Amino acid sequence: MPKVKIRKKILIANEEFALQNRTFLKDRRLPCLNCISSPGSGKTTLLAKTIEMLKGTLNIGVIEGDIQTDIDTRRIKKAGAPAYQINTNGACHLSAAQVSYAFHQLPIDSLDLIFIENVGNLVCPSTFDLGETDKIAVLSVPEGDDKPAKYPMIFARAAAVIINKIDLVKGTDFNIKKVKADISRLNKKTKIFLVSAKTGQGMKDWCAWLKELI
Amino acid sequence: MHEASIAQALLEAITAEAKKQKAKPLSAKISCGAFSGINDEALTFAFEAISEKTICQNTKLIIKQKPVQAKCKNGHVYPLDIHKPKCPKCKTEEFELLPEEPLLLEEIEFEEK
Repeated sequence: MPKVKIRKKILIANEEFALQNRTFLKDRRLPCLNCISSPGSGKTTLLAKTIEMLKGTLNIGVIEGDIQTDIDTRRIKKAGAPAYQINTNGACHLSAAQVSYAFHQLPIDSLDLIFIENVGNLVCPSTFDLGETDKIAVLSVPEGDDKPAKYPMIFARAAAVIINKIDLVKGTDFNIKKVKADISRLNKKTKIFLVSAKTGQGMKDWCAWLKELI
Repeated sequence: MHEASIAQALLEAITAEAKKQKAKPLSAKISCGAFSGINDEALTFAFEAISEKTICQNTKLIIKQKPVQAKCKNGHVYPLDIHKPKCPKCKTEEFELLPEEPLLLEEIEFEEK
């Protein structure tokens, strides 16, 4: 039987869009962070609080990815930022083509920073390059401190890890030291923030880091 | 679950090659890095489902999982087991991850014309 060597990237179509997105952002010197976490880690609360705290300092735009509904987009708009909702209708991750379209639905020239809130899922979104400047991971205390060890792929690639709901740490066996060590082992360069988007604890440091990106 | 979109991209890539070769693909070898989170069974199942009634119906997928490579602080490169990350040569646990290989369609075997 004839065998043909191919050596072709399977996700080439996505990668072409990702490259296009990366060029689009670079031309505008616009940083874009792809936020990845499990469902319910508090990504939207974190973004809404960040928008409120940086109002007047940074103009933030948000691309929301969810399987269904525009609940998150409404929350972001209420916090005072432009947002565009992508509904994936079942798909467990965003694609670079969807993000490319979404860029043009935002007032792109007035923005200093874009967040992409990916579909809540710790596995699939980390495989699909969206052309973002960096990935960030959000992990919340109730999920447990074993997640970086169990789902290394996103933590290994994140420029920052936000450990959210830190106000709930008392009364749980969530071990901050262990989780920090696990994350650093995967990725020495990543910046770790301990925050509570609800109470505002730790948010200043996170916002200061964002301002440095600009 | 992202195996469904990967299966779709794979179907397109194999179909394009089959058209070029004007032959039916019998099997396709693909390789993926462990961090791409591909489950062999899920990908095979998704591919079988979407390739039905196409030229790729009954094309067998041969999936090779490649471990993530690490480079320790002394420069040794080794396949990484994330839960036992010690360098086999110098036993250090200080390493950095090397960039992962992309999902690749390596080779296709075609039916004899």
